[in-house]
Amino acid sequence: MRPPRSRQLWRRATESKLFFPVVMLGFILLVDSILVPGFFSIQPRGMNLYGSLIDILRNASTIMLLAIGMTLVIATGGVDLSVGAVMAIAASVAALLMNPYVLAKELPPHLMRLINDPHFTFQPLWVVILVTLLVAMACGLWNGWLVAYVRIQPMVATLILMIAGRGIAQLITNGVRIQIFYEPYAFIGQGWAILPFSVYLVAVVYGAIWVITRRTAIGMFIESVGINARASFFSGINEKRIKLLAYVICGLCAGLAGLVASANIKTSDANNIGLTYELDAILAVVIGGTVLGAGGRFSLLASLLGAIVMQAVTTSMYALGVPAFALQAIKGLVVIVVILVYSEQARGLLRGLGTRKEASP
Amino acid sequence: MPERDPTGLLVSMQGISKSFPGVQALIGVDFDLRAGEIHALMGGNGAGKSTLIKILTGVEKPDSGRILLEGSEVVVRSPQHAQALGISTVYQEINLCPNLTVAENILIGRQPTRLGAIDWKKMNREASEILLRVLGIDIEVTRTLGDYSVAIQQMVAIARSLEIESAKMLILDEPTSSLSSHETDQLFEVMRRLKGQQVGIVFITHFIDQVYRISDRVTVIRNGKRVGTFDTASLPRMDLVEKMIGRTITEFDEMSKIKAATGEQIGAQPVVTTRELGLSGDVHPFDLTLYPGEVLGLAGLVGSGRTEAAGLLFGLESPDSGSMEVEGKVVAKFSPFASITRGLVLTPEDRKAAGVVEHLSVRENIILALQVGQGWFKYLRRPQQDEIAERYVELLGISTPSLETPVKNLSGGNQQKVILARWLAVNPHVLILDEPTRGIDIGTKAEIQKLVLSLAEEGKACIFISSELEEVMRCSHRIAVMSEGRKVAEYDGGVEEKVLMHSMAGGG
Repeated sequence: MRPPRSRQLWRRATESKLFFPVVMLGFILLVDSILVPGFFSIQPRGMNLYGSLIDILRNASTIMLLAIGMTLVIATGGVDLSVGAVMAIAASVAALLMNPYVLAKELPPHLMRLINDPHFTFQPLWVVILVTLLVAMACGLWNGWLVAYVRIQPMVATLILMIAGRGIAQLITNGVRIQIFYEPYAFIGQGWAILPFSVYLVAVVYGAIWVITRRTAIGMFIESVGINARASFFSGINEKRIKLLAYVICGLCAGLAGLVASANIKTSDANNIGLTYELDAILAVVIGGTVLGAGGRFSLLASLLGAIVMQAVTTSMYALGVPAFALQAIKGLVVIVVILVYSEQARGLLRGLGTRKEASP
Repeated sequence: MPERDPTGLLVSMQGISKSFPGVQALIGVDFDLRAGEIHALMGGNGAGKSTLIKILTGVEKPDSGRILLEGSEVVVRSPQHAQALGISTVYQEINLCPNLTVAENILIGRQPTRLGAIDWKKMNREASEILLRVLGIDIEVTRTLGDYSVAIQQMVAIARSLEIESAKMLILDEPTSSLSSHETDQLFEVMRRLKGQQVGIVFITHFIDQVYRISDRVTVIRNGKRVGTFDTASLPRMDLVEKMIGRTITEFDEMSKIKAATGEQIGAQPVVTTRELGLSGDVHPFDLTLYPGEVLGLAGLVGSGRTEAAGLLFGLESPDSGSMEVEGKVVAKFSPFASITRGLVLTPEDRKAAGVVEHLSVRENIILALQVGQGWFKYLRRPQQDEIAERYVELLGISTPSLETPVKNLSGGNQQKVILARWLAVNPHVLILDEPTRGIDIGTKAEIQKLVLSLAEEGKACIFISSELEEVMRCSHRIAVMSEGRKVAEYDGGVEEKVLMHSMAGGG
C-alpha cells in the first residue's frame, strides 16, 4: 500500500501553506552554501551566537512582526498600507517620551547634561512601551474604523495614514530627529541573549497571536469573513468587529516593529523608519500563501517563513556582493517567482508530479 | 448545415471515466447526440452530469475513454478548442456584460470595422439579423443587455455562442432554473427552431416536466454511471424518477400522512407574532402568527417580497414600522446575531452568496453559527466540533469524503444540507427556509421536505418558502401568499392550487 500513501503525503505537503516558503528558503540556502563560503558558520562570542543565519533572523524580525499583523488583515480580505508610517509614529512617540528636552529651545545646564546620558529616561521604560503601543493601536483602530464602519476600500482607507503618518511622526517630534541614548531601550533592537532579543520578541508575539486566533474562534471568524462576508453576516458573525480587531492587531504589531527599528538605529527618523516596509510585509504574507485581495485561509507560521525568505534573499545578495541599489530589482524577481509559483498551472504541475510518482514503481 | 457521418451521430462519447481526489466522478459513461435532436441529461446532484459536460467542453480531461466528433476521434484541449470544434455551451450563470448593448455582446471581439474604427451601424444591423435568423426574436439591439429579462439575456448568450463558429451542437446547462414559465416557453421556442436547423442540443435540467415537453431522448446518470438512454415519449414519468433516485417513491404519500399527523400537535401559544411589521420600499406592513409545531408556507412569485419579509423576521434589516414578539418577548434589537440567540434562524435563498463559506471545511461550516452563539472566546473543543459535525453529516446523509473537505467541493444538494446542519446545530425554535430545495435533485428534495415535517413534529416552527407551489402545498399546514411586497392572503394547508395562483397574481 505504499504508492497511494506517498501520493497522499505528497498532496498534503503541496497543499500546505508551508510548502512553498520552505522550498524557497531551502533553495536560497542551498545557493548560499555553494556560493558563499562560511555562510552557515555560527560563531559564539561569550554566551552569544553570531553569523549570517543569525543576521537573517535578526534583520527579518521587523518584517516578521509586521507580517503577523498583516496576515490577519489580508485574511479578512483587506490590506494595510500604513504599517511603515505607523512604525515611524511609534518611533517618534517613544523617542519623545524618553527625551522631551531635546525639543526645548533653551535648557538649564543640569538638564542639558541629561540629553545624552545613557541612563536617563524621562518616563520609565514600561510607560514608554505601553503608551507607544497604545498610540499604534489607535492608528489601527482608525484604519479599521474606516474599512469596517465607513466602508472605504482597504487600499484607499489605509493609504490615508500611509501618507499622513510620516507627517504626524514629524509633528510629534517637531520635525527633529531625536537621537536615543537610553541604553535599556536600545536593548530591544540590539540586545543579545544567546540569540538576538528581537527574535524572542517575534516568538512571543507569534505565540500570543496564534493563541488569540487559533485557541479561540477568532481565527475561524476572520477566515470566514474573508472568504464570504455575506454568508458570515447571515451566520451572525459581527463582521465589522472582526475586521476592526484585525486592523488593531496589525497596528499593534507595527508599533512593536517601530520600537525594534528605532532601538536598532537609536534614533527616531520619521522619514526613513519603516519606509516601504509595508510592501515587504505584504510580500511576506503572500509568499506565505494567504491570498491578497481575496483573504480566507491563513497561516501565521507561513507568513513568518515568508518574511525570512525575503530577508534571506537580501542577506544572500549582500554576501554575494550585489550592491544595495540593485537589491530592489532582485526583489522584483522574487515577486515574479511568487506569481508563477502560485499560478494554477504551477499547482497543476505539482499535482502531476505526485501522480507520476505513483505511477513509477 | 452540419455534415452528417454515416452513423448520424454528431458526437459520441465512449467509456468516459474520470476521478477526482476521493471521488470517482464518472465510470465508463457512454453518451451520444444526433443532429437535430434535443437530448436531456438528467441525474441527481453529484451524479456526474456536470463532469461529463466539462469533459465534452474541454474544461476537464477524462482519465479514459474517447470522444468521436462526427465519426472521427478528437481530443478536446480547452473550452476555446471545443468552441472551434463546433461545441457551444451556455452556462447556468450567464457570462455576458450586462452594461454593454445587445449588439456588442453578440459581436464582441468580432466587431465589423471600417477604416480601423468600429462600424456601429453595420454591427447593429448584423446583430439584429443574427437574432432574427437564428432565434427568431426581434429586439432593440442598441439597448443595454441588462435592460432585458433573464430569458432574453440567455437567448443573447445562445446567439453569441452559436455565431462564434459554425456551431453544430449546443449545451444548455440548467437554462430554465431562473426563468418564469412564460420565459421558459420563449426559450423552448428557440430550442425547437434550432433543432429544425439540425443543431444537436444537450439539455440539462432538474425539471421533469420540461424533459417531457421538449426532449427527444433522455440519458440518466446516477453515481457516475449511465443508467440508460431512453426515448422520452416511451418512458413513463414515474420510471424516470425512479431511475434517477434509484428507488421507488412512496415517500411523497408518506409525507401527507406525516403532515396530517403533525397537524394535530400544533401548539396554542404563538412562538412568533408580528404586528404591522414592515420596511418602507420593501415589505408592506404585515401581521403574522406562527405556532410551534407548524409549517407555514410562504408562497409568491419571485420579487413578491417573500425573501424580504423573511429577512425582516431574521433581522437582516431593521423594520421601520410595527413590532414583533418571539416567545412572548418584544424584539428590541434586529440583527442575525440577536435572532440566533433567541432561537430564530434563516437559511438563505442564495446558497452560494449568503450560505456556504466555500473554503472552510464541512466541519467549520456546520459549527459556525453554534460558535457564533458561544462568542469569540468559548471556542468549542475540537473533539466536540468533530462530534457535532459527524452527527449532522450522519443525520442528514451529507455525502462528503471527510469532515475536513472544503465545502466548495460538495455538490449543491450536499451544500444545502450543510447549511441546514449549521442551523439545526443551534437547536432553534423557529426555522425560516428560503427556497431550501432550489437546484436540488428530486431525491434530496424529498429528504428535505421530510426533514421539515419531522422538525415540526419535534415542536419547531418552520416558515417554508418556495417557488414550487406543489412543494409548498405538500408541506405546509397553513399558507400565506405574498404579492408585490404585501401579504395578500392566508389559507389553510388544504387549499386548492388554483386559489393560490389567483392570490399570487395579486387577485387577493
